[in-house]
Amino acid sequence: MIKLDSLSKHFGKTVVLDSIDLTIEKGEIVVIIGPSGTGKSTLLRCLNFLEQPTAGTMTVGDLTVDVKKASRAEILSMRRRTAFVFQNYALFANKTALQNIAERLLVVDKWPKEKAYRRAREILDQIGLGEKADAYPASMSGGQQQRVGIGRAMAAGAEVILFDEPTSSLDPEWVEEVLGLMKQLASERQTMMVVTHEMSFARDVADRVIFIDGGRIVEQGPPSEIFYNPQDPRTKDFLKKILATNSV
Amino acid sequence: MDVLNVEYMLGLVPVLLRYLPLTLQLAGIGMVLALILACLFAVIRVLRIPVLNQLTIVFISFFRGTPLLVQLFLFYYGLPQLVSALTVIDGITATTMGLTMHFSAYMAESIRAAIVGVDRSQTEAALSIGMTNGQMMRRIVLPQATRVALPTLMNYFIDMIKATSLAFTLGVTELMGATQKEASGSFLYFEAFIVAAIMYWIVVELLSKLQNHLEIRLNKAYNR
Repeated sequence: MIKLDSLSKHFGKTVVLDSIDLTIEKGEIVVIIGPSGTGKSTLLRCLNFLEQPTAGTMTVGDLTVDVKKASRAEILSMRRRTAFVFQNYALFANKTALQNIAERLLVVDKWPKEKAYRRAREILDQIGLGEKADAYPASMSGGQQQRVGIGRAMAAGAEVILFDEPTSSLDPEWVEEVLGLMKQLASERQTMMVVTHEMSFARDVADRVIFIDGGRIVEQGPPSEIFYNPQDPRTKDFLKKILATNSV
Repeated sequence: MDVLNVEYMLGLVPVLLRYLPLTLQLAGIGMVLALILACLFAVIRVLRIPVLNQLTIVFISFFRGTPLLVQLFLFYYGLPQLVSALTVIDGITATTMGLTMHFSAYMAESIRAAIVGVDRSQTEAALSIGMTNGQMMRRIVLPQATRVALPTLMNYFIDMIKATSLAFTLGVTELMGATQKEASGSFLYFEAFIVAAIMYWIVVELLSKLQNHLEIRLNKAYNR
């Protein structure tokens, strides 16, 4: 379970996240939508401590952290519970697909080599890239790289996988294979928080859609409510704009 | 005599070759120590570790800002005066220390630049999976920075091999010192130093070949 209590993030005087309260159940698929620059990515980055939140508390599993007093050990522990999938894939450029997935098991979880690589191979097969084990990121397509990025997040055995616009950097031809893998994970009830502009994915896969604007949660609910019966004028406005280019 | 005394030159080759190992030892050990020190300095600078960062800045500034020969004399003549336990410091030790510190200062800056040049997405990915700063440096950042820094580091290594010739001013009989002795015995200065020059040149050429090999290997991960 994930619980955020009045989580805030300020960049200087700019308030990016304004006292966010949010509870996400184990196995829940949450899609976060909203205009650019409204704090969606920052929310995910705070959970992974890639950004240091300004105030509030975060609970992931059995770990609760007061962000102001977070110790180094707590930050590491929080990062290990939350896996991150980056918009630009961010695969380790000096490591093969297999090594990218095994890296965390070897270095962070200190698994023995053989066990770590066996697990990494299982994941590679699961994401359909078994034959790319020894390929370096530079020689893979965007879609393949992002699938390995997801595989790396799967290896973590994390409480939640955070997807930060996972298909936004992809050429259109690769979007489907990445969304397909995410749907597969969702069907296995892997807890997921997904920031995306793929509205059809949100409609088909999400248990809950959260609309964020101005660093606040404006409206949330099942996709049927948010997409077909939005209440807040800001949600209506956003959906009108985005649906003009994106069919649901 | 207006032509080169080729016979003398050929005879000199095996004589001087006996001193080449010492030259290579000075450069080899100096390079390894300088690399270790430079990596340490670079990481201290990048992570801005308090106190150590300031000390490193002063160190680098001094050893880049003063001539190598002055530094060698400081170690050879100055240190025993300063530290009574070191009544004598031999020329080989003083040269190794001088080369190490001098070149570590230069190399630290190029390693630092290479580290800073590693894409931020790489460090974020490393942190996101829960690596510590040390793990991130060792496993992700330094390997990638090595590839970028390699050409300049090899340049410094080449420079260092040639700089070992200054050791003869501290009475060390390495390649340069031996040549000087041979030449002043035979008065065939031109012949003797040409032989020494060619020897340095061949060593450096072999190193350049090694550099090419290393670059191909390190670039393996980045070929499309």
